Amino acid sequence: MIQFDGVTKRYADGTVAVDDLTLQIPTGQITVLVGPSGCGKTTTLRMINRLIEPTSGTITIDGEDVRAQDPARLRRGIGYVIQHAGLFPHRTIVDNIATVPYLLGWDKKKARTTALELMERVGLDTKMAKRYPYQLSGGQQQRVGVARALAADPPVMLMDEPFSAVDPIVRKSLQEEFIRLQSELRKTIAFVTHDIDEAIKLGHTVAVFKVGGVLAQHSTPDELLAEPADDFVREFLGGEKGLKRLRFNRDLDRQDEPGAERQDKPDVEAAER
Amino acid sequence: MTLAAANGGEPLIRWDWIGDHTGQLADLTAHHLKLALLPILFGLIVAIPLGLLCARWRWLYPPTLGVANVLYGLPSLALFMLCIPYFGIGSGGRADFTIIVPLTLFSLSVLVPNVVDGLRSVPDPVRQAATAMGFGTLRRLIQVELPIAVPVVIAGARVAAVSSISLVSVGTLIGNGGLGQLFVDGYSRDFTTPIIVSCVLIIVLALVSDGVLVAAQRLLTPWARRGTR
Ligand SMILES: Nc1ncnc2c1ncn2[C@@H]1O[C@H](COP(=O)(O)OP(=O)(O)OP(=O)(O)O)[C@@H](O)[C@H]1O
Ligand SMILES: [Mg+2]
Repeated sequence: MIQFDGVTKRYADGTVAVDDLTLQIPTGQITVLVGPSGCGKTTTLRMINRLIEPTSGTITIDGEDVRAQDPARLRRGIGYVIQHAGLFPHRTIVDNIATVPYLLGWDKKKARTTALELMERVGLDTKMAKRYPYQLSGGQQQRVGVARALAADPPVMLMDEPFSAVDPIVRKSLQEEFIRLQSELRKTIAFVTHDIDEAIKLGHTVAVFKVGGVLAQHSTPDELLAEPADDFVREFLGGEKGLKRLRFNRDLDRQDEPGAERQDKPDVEAAER
Repeated sequence: MTLAAANGGEPLIRWDWIGDHTGQLADLTAHHLKLALLPILFGLIVAIPLGLLCARWRWLYPPTLGVANVLYGLPSLALFMLCIPYFGIGSGGRADFTIIVPLTLFSLSVLVPNVVDGLRSVPDPVRQAATAMGFGTLRRLIQVELPIAVPVVIAGARVAAVSSISLVSVGTLIGNGGLGQLFVDGYSRDFTTPIIVSCVLIIVLALVSDGVLVAAQRLLTPWARRGTR
């Protein structure tokens, strides 16, 4: 579990990006941080792996203060995925994915084998292993970004708008594979987006932020849709019209869920008999 | 033309002279290459660590660039003369450093800014991703930023190499100018062939060196998108 306790970040110019944040990101679940541009989502995420240091408050992972750990070592244990993937242009796909294993001093062969396995896992043809990032589409690069973050099997993953730079169709398939992957891997994930549809679709819980870095509501998607905490959240969800649409989509998604299918199956088989 | 005319109908180029002097021409060409390109090699050896330092500690860059630019502004002949007391005069051996050291200094004024620009050309998300995955500053500079800077560094090396090849000829004035030496021979004897031959060979050297560097870049950076650089 990642725990924020009274965390504030004030930048040198006086901007308060995160204001007295107390938040729990439970183990093995996807916690989505959502909110309008500039509400401090990225800042919140980056304080977890110490790319940014909080002005006050503490952040712990499984009870251990992140500030008590060596930053580089801490980061090698936390997967990180960003919007434009940030792949290393000078390294092949397989070597990009094996980055953290190399840093951890794994045997080169083992690192590559793991990387190839991960390529399959995120839905990439291993024929692309020897290509360079510029030879891949945006969606494929993003998959490589996810595989790279998973390579050393870190328990925690930080994802900053990982799917927002690709077109809607590719985004949808990336989201669905991400849900499937997470159902196998059960990582502790902090996932940033400004897209409320994505938040509702992916999150076990959703934390809605206001500009100024104030946490407005943190609850499950169903609670969020049933009872927005205040006018800001209601507005952010798109008012009554938006809520209706989101609730409708949620019901549709639920029918598509793999769990729902599994429950249907025995009935179908029973009917056939 | 005036030379040819003064010579009373001598042809502009006497091919037989070239045929008789191939050995000397080859030696001069090799020597010219050595005088011109060793400075680029030494320049890179100095500029890469210097550029890394400037990228690591940004305040170092303006003074470093200032010094490099002042060096570039100095007349090459003056620098050659300044080196004579240390390395001697003439061609070959130790005296070659009278040419090589100043040309190394000149190359720095192109190479250092290129190394720094190259390091700065690394996209921000790439740098951030590297940090977020647990690269330390030094490791990130050497394993991520420097390799990505290579195309820009080689672009600088191309400029430096071509200008170095032409500057070597100035060394003729102190008796060590590679192919430029043929210039003096030609003028003193009112004989156009060596002058034309040296000009052509210097141009060919510049073109070939440039081609070799382009090929080196292709080889070193198979990851670079073709056509964008
Ligand atoms: N280095 C910085 N110095 C000063 N202010 C900053 C800095 N980085 C971010 N900010 C400010 O802090 C606030 C929060 O920024 P942050 O990047 O965390 O927002 P965000 O929610 O991720 O926004 P977006 O959805 O646009 O990515 C913004 O007002 C931003 O301008
Ligand atoms: Mg952001």
